[in-house]
Amino acid sequence: MSALLEVDDLRVEFDTYGGTVQAVRGVSFELDRGQTLAIVGESGCGKSVTVQSIMGLIPMPPGRITSGSARLDGKDVIDDKRIDGKDIRGRLVGMIFQDPMSSLNPTMTIGEQIAETLQVHRGYSHKRALARAIELIDMTRIPEAAKRARQYPFEFSGGMLQRSMIAMSLACEPSILIADEPTTALDVTIQAQILDLMRELQRDNGMAIILITHDLGVVARMADEVLVMYAGEVVERGSVDDVFYRSAHPYTLGLRAAMPSNRDDAAQELTPIDGSPPDLFAPPAGCGYFARCPHAMRACETEHPRAFELGEQHRARCWLHHEDCDVAADEVFRK
Amino acid sequence: MSPPQTNEPIVAVKGLTKHFEIGRGQVVHAVDDVSLDIARREIVGLVGESGSGKSTLGKTALGLHDKTAGEVVFNGESLPAKYTPGDFQRYAQSMQMIFQDPYSSLNPRMTVGEIVGEGLRLHSSLSRTDIRDTVADWLRRVGLNPDHMSRYPHEFSGGQRQRIGIARALVLEPEFVVCDEPISALDVSVQAQVVNLLDELKESLGLTLLFIAHDLSMVRYVSDRMAVMYLGSLVELGPANRVFFEPKHPYTELLIGSNPEPDPVSERSRDSTAIRGEIPSPVNVPSGCRFANRCPKVMDVCRDLTPELIPVVDAGHADRQVACHLYG
Repeated sequence: MSALLEVDDLRVEFDTYGGTVQAVRGVSFELDRGQTLAIVGESGCGKSVTVQSIMGLIPMPPGRITSGSARLDGKDVIDDKRIDGKDIRGRLVGMIFQDPMSSLNPTMTIGEQIAETLQVHRGYSHKRALARAIELIDMTRIPEAAKRARQYPFEFSGGMLQRSMIAMSLACEPSILIADEPTTALDVTIQAQILDLMRELQRDNGMAIILITHDLGVVARMADEVLVMYAGEVVERGSVDDVFYRSAHPYTLGLRAAMPSNRDDAAQELTPIDGSPPDLFAPPAGCGYFARCPHAMRACETEHPRAFELGEQHRARCWLHHEDCDVAADEVFRK
Repeated sequence: MSPPQTNEPIVAVKGLTKHFEIGRGQVVHAVDDVSLDIARREIVGLVGESGSGKSTLGKTALGLHDKTAGEVVFNGESLPAKYTPGDFQRYAQSMQMIFQDPYSSLNPRMTVGEIVGEGLRLHSSLSRTDIRDTVADWLRRVGLNPDHMSRYPHEFSGGQRQRIGIARALVLEPEFVVCDEPISALDVSVQAQVVNLLDELKESLGLTLLFIAHDLSMVRYVSDRMAVMYLGSLVELGPANRVFFEPKHPYTELLIGSNPEPDPVSERSRDSTAIRGEIPSPVNVPSGCRFANRCPKVMDVCRDLTPELIPVVDAGHADRQVACHLYG
C-alpha cells in the first residue's frame, strides 16, 4: 500500500522586495495512515511553508512552487504548479494553528464557525450542521457543548479555543490533521490536555498527524517519525528513537544540547548554537549548517551534502557519514 | 559602594497582596498574601500557569503596581506602598526588570544607543561621551556589536532584542532584577544563549534574580530555588532540583508531570499526565485550598481551611515550604 501522503523534492520560493527567498529547498517525506510525523526546526527553517504549500495556503504570487510533487491518497495535489486548495482543505486535510484566538472569527459563535465548514464542504443544511457541530464540541471534551456552541471566542479560554479549533478541523473527517505549533501559546498543563486529546482522536479515527513544533519534549511525547529541518532542507529524518538516541546530524545534536534535560545530573551545561541561520536569499552552496557547525570540514563549505542512508528509514544530510571522511562519525554522534 | 554583606535577604516580600478592582464591586485577587525571602546572589525561579499571578508578583515587588497590602523590604528598607515619581528615580538604580516580549518592550523610535543609555542619562552624572562608552561596553558584554548603537530595534532579531533589553536593565548595575519570561519568545538555540548570558552576568555582577517562566526544565536549570504559584498564592518553595524531582504539593507534582521530556522512551511509558479542568477565575476565589477542586488528593479539610505555607523537613533539611494539608 502506498503512503497516505508522499512529498517529493518540494521547492518553494517567495518574491520579495529584497529578492527571491528560497524558503523550501527540496523537501521529501512520506506519511502513513495513523502515524504522527513531527517537523522540528527553528523559526524561518521552512517547516510551516512546507505544510502550507501542501494545503494550498501559499499566496501565489508572491509565492511559487518551483518543483516537486505532493501526492495525497495517490492524487497529485500540486497540479501545474498550482494547488487545488479548496478540494483539500477541510475534506482531506484539517489544520490547527498556534494562535487560536486570531484564527477564529470573533463575530461568529463557535457553533456557527464549525457548522460553516460542514455547510461549505459537505453541503449540510444549517440545522444539521449545527447539530453536528455540537457533537464535535462534545467530542473534544468541552463541557456543556450545546451552551458553548452559542458562545463567542472571547468567552473561551485559550485551551478551550484550541479544542474548538480541533473540533472545526475534524468536522469533515480529514485523513490528515496538520497542527502548526498547536500548544506553543498554552500552559504545560493545558498542553498536556490538548496533546492527550489529539492522541485519543487519532486512536479513534485513524487519522495521520503532522505536528510542527520546536519543543523536543512534545516531539518525544507525540511523534512516530521526525523530520529535522534547517535552512529550508530536511537535514535528518528517521523514527523518533533514531533522531533522539542515534542523532546523525550536528544540528540535531545542537538542538538537544541547547535544551536542559532533566536527568538528575545538575552539573550539565547548556550549549547554545552560536550564530544564526544562513540568508535564504542566497543559500550557501555547501551545507546550510556549515557556518554554525562545530564539526565543519572543508568540503562542507562548497559541496552540498547528499542524504546518507544510516538505517532503514534513517537519513542525514551530513558529510561526516561519507565513507572517505577521515573524522569518525561515531565519535561525533556517540552521545 | 559595596552593599553590606550579611545574611539578611536582599529582598524580603512579606504578606504581599495585590488586588485589582474591575468594577461592579468585583475584585481580581491577583496576588494574595505572598511571603518570599530572596538571598543575595540567589536566583529564585517562579513558575505557575498563566493567570497564577507570577508577573503581577514581580511587578508589584518592584513598585510597578501599587501594593494592596503587605510590604517589600529591600536591603533592610521598607519600600513605599505606592511609588511617587521620585521613588522610581531612586530605586531604578538598584532594581530593574527584563520583559518577556522583546518586540513591544523597546521603543521603536529610539536607537539602541538611546534605549540602553537612557538610564545613565537620567540617573548618573556621566558626560555624553562617557555614556557612549559605557553603552558600547554593555553592548559588547551582551554579545552585540557596539557599532550598531545607532540602529533601531526593528533591525534586530528576537534574540538580539532580548539582549538589548538585558543591557538596558543592567547598565545601571542594579542589585536585584526581575526577569519576566525573558526567554519564552525565543528559539531553543537562542534561549540557551540568553540563559548562559544571564548566568554569566549574575556571576560577574553579583546579581540577584527573580526568574519568572513557565518552562519548568529551564527554571530548574537556571534557579537555585523554585517557587510555585497557583491562583495568586505560593504553594511550594524549595531548592530547585528537589522541588522538581521530588515535588511535595499535589499541584507541583501535576505541573511537573505535564512537562514533556525530550526522551521518547520515558514519554512512551508515561500515561496521560493532564490535570483535569482549568485554573479558576481569580475573581471568585474558592474558600479553603485554592487547588481543592482540581486536586486528586483532596480531603474534606481542604475545602474549608486555607493551608498555610509551612516548613517541611525533607532529607534532614528544613529548607522546603509547602502549603498543603497533607503536610499539616
